[in-house]
Amino acid sequence: MNFEFNDDQRMLRDQARRFLMDKSPPEVVRQTLESEQPYDRKLWRQFGEMGWLGAAIPEVYGGSGMGHLELCVLAEELGRALAPTPFASSIYLGAEALLTAGSEEQKQGYLPDLATGAAIWCLALSEGPRPATQGNIAAAVSNGKLTGEKLPVADGDIADRAIVVAREGASTGLYIVDLNDAGVTRQIVDTMDPTRSQARLTFADAAAEKLGQEGWPLLERIQDRAAVLMAFEQIGGAQACLEMAKEYALGRFAFGRPIAGYQAIKHRLADMYIQIEMARSNAYYGAWALSTDAAELPVAAATARVAAIEAYNFAAKENVQVHGGMGFTWEFNCHLYYRRARQLALVLGSQRRWKDRLIRALERRNAA
Amino acid sequence: MDFTDTPEEATYRAKARSFLNETAEPKSSGKRSIASGWNKDEALVAARAWQAKKAAGGFAGITMPTEYGGQGLSPILQVIYNQEEAHYVAPRGVYEIGLGMCIPTMLAYATEEQKQRYAPPAVRGEEIWCQLFSEPAGGSDLAGLRTRAERDGDDWVINGQKTWTSGAQFSDYAILVTRSDFDVPKHKGLTFFFLSMKSPGIEVRPIKQMSGAANFNEVYFTDVRIPDSQRLGAVGDGWKVSLTTLMNERFAVGVAPPPDFDEIFDLVRDTELEDGPALDNAMVRDRLADWYVRQQGLKNAHFRTMTALSRGETPGPESSINKVVSATKHQDVSFFGMEMQEMLGIITDPEIVALDGLFQTGALSSPGYRIAGGTDEILRNIIAERVLGLPQDIRVDKEVAFRDLPTGRD
Repeated sequence: MNFEFNDDQRMLRDQARRFLMDKSPPEVVRQTLESEQPYDRKLWRQFGEMGWLGAAIPEVYGGSGMGHLELCVLAEELGRALAPTPFASSIYLGAEALLTAGSEEQKQGYLPDLATGAAIWCLALSEGPRPATQGNIAAAVSNGKLTGEKLPVADGDIADRAIVVAREGASTGLYIVDLNDAGVTRQIVDTMDPTRSQARLTFADAAAEKLGQEGWPLLERIQDRAAVLMAFEQIGGAQACLEMAKEYALGRFAFGRPIAGYQAIKHRLADMYIQIEMARSNAYYGAWALSTDAAELPVAAATARVAAIEAYNFAAKENVQVHGGMGFTWEFNCHLYYRRARQLALVLGSQRRWKDRLIRALERRNAA
Repeated sequence: MDFTDTPEEATYRAKARSFLNETAEPKSSGKRSIASGWNKDEALVAARAWQAKKAAGGFAGITMPTEYGGQGLSPILQVIYNQEEAHYVAPRGVYEIGLGMCIPTMLAYATEEQKQRYAPPAVRGEEIWCQLFSEPAGGSDLAGLRTRAERDGDDWVINGQKTWTSGAQFSDYAILVTRSDFDVPKHKGLTFFFLSMKSPGIEVRPIKQMSGAANFNEVYFTDVRIPDSQRLGAVGDGWKVSLTTLMNERFAVGVAPPPDFDEIFDLVRDTELEDGPALDNAMVRDRLADWYVRQQGLKNAHFRTMTALSRGETPGPESSINKVVSATKHQDVSFFGMEMQEMLGIITDPEIVALDGLFQTGALSSPGYRIAGGTDEILRNIIAERVLGLPQDIRVDKEVAFRDLPTGRD
């Protein structure tokens, strides 16, 4: 039984934490929040230089070939530091999609730039308020040309390429689209978490290149992989909230003593701890399934995502509550986590849909 | 990251499996065993027989030192044995308190001669132990206990009442914490003993629980005499000794029993609602997902605990999470299982309702799991104070002589 990260992975975590404390403290995150800059370019470049972007990309495709467990370790630290970069879009979704379904030529052609950060990718799935399903995608490909609209697309404003979910005839497929194509229009949309930008993409006969053959099942496989990685980000963020709330409660005196001594606060923090540890344990199982390509991945990923959404939502809102009035100010950093918790809770699909997906996966497992 | 045993662990697991294969009956998959009361004589006979077999096969007292009848092995091997035993009909509940809490306390504080005398028969299942801690006025505030111990020559004379004592009705021996000094603050006036449950002056009365079962007892003491040689720890040091026992309780008090996700999933798959199969109902699916996530969270947390044990580390109070989450889940799942059966859900007749009335039984027994072995609230305090390092509650009774503490509204 070895259900823990090993010493090298823990060392990587310590290094990543030190680096991000130095390069991505809240003041730096706020520069993205409070300006027009869509992401932190300097940080992004450094992630490429350190081999973080290519952590799970094999060396033959320009990556550092560490592995998915290492990528999980990094994801937790990125979440803790609220790193304002398109890591999730480009790596958890873009690179993972190519690794899962790309042809040899596509992998050779695209992965090296993803590993260095020279290229940013994103996933374009949603088409407005109606939840996207296999049967209701309107964006359509015909004769290699894509037409349609996607809203919202995380990092769609800055990405070089998108993986677009579209139908072609009766079937649904995944297509790689160069977003600098003349047939693509991008419009930035306002978002609750400006440290992660969102866009509306409009396609009018944009050139589309098929990715894989499986369509919707492939999309779900890619989402499963991203869900595990994102769960680690969420746990990192939730843990940061717990630590913030604890420090504040220890230093804030009311009625003659630290508020951390009152059970109303103690039990709230204990509940945060419980939820985070439950989510962490589920994410570990997801990490194992991801790194070993286990048949359990769909169940493990949905479990990890549902638990991580719950833990981060809870930690982020109760962190504000423990801070009282100060937690509601722009000046305090509580809202940075609160925003990110909401963003991560929705960007891969809502908890409601992942719960349904979890039960579907369990039904399939039971039928088998 | 992997789930494979080390070579030593794998060898031990294989050994345990072959022992269990030869000596025990596998749990048949379709049949559920509903917790049987400990009062039944047959259950006790079966438990004694099973413990004797385990001892003969070398699987009793796995972590206990060999000189006291144990196997002297590491905690991870105990966990591995337990995992394997869980697949068989193995009535071991009767011994959990004795071997999990009482005997470890004896090993820490009794004389060499006493350890030689009492530990081996307990391991073999020949003598059963219980723990006399909780009192009507001392539950979560255990140190508020008031059972009186007075010195009389070479003896102590005990008067008072204990409560919530599991197994007192069939136990041979017990560990007991008493108040020997009412003039000092509460933690300082306690003294700890062990004694024979056959001592004159002990009366055991079953407590009828809200579920109708009687798994616990009240134990009354009227001039019960204990020789001073059966004192564990110094006079006035009873709190320190109690902490040794309670440290072991964290390992002994596990998770709440079924119904859990598997049972509610089974029920839902067999249930038709007004608009079709229950499994197609969005609300039902939402709740199922919550419980699956919690069940798996605990299971995966257990793998992390096993990893710590496997590395020779001691799991901390983090394991308090286990009971907080599982007891509430047990209650919620039980209520929901009743709800799934609509108006029929209120019926307890096992011939009529699903899964032999498991959800109805669970609904009536689950409040106990939220209280026993540390209430939800005390466990949250433990997490807040010992894991997160938050300040203790204000204790107005810390510096005051015990006899001067207020005891009620009047």
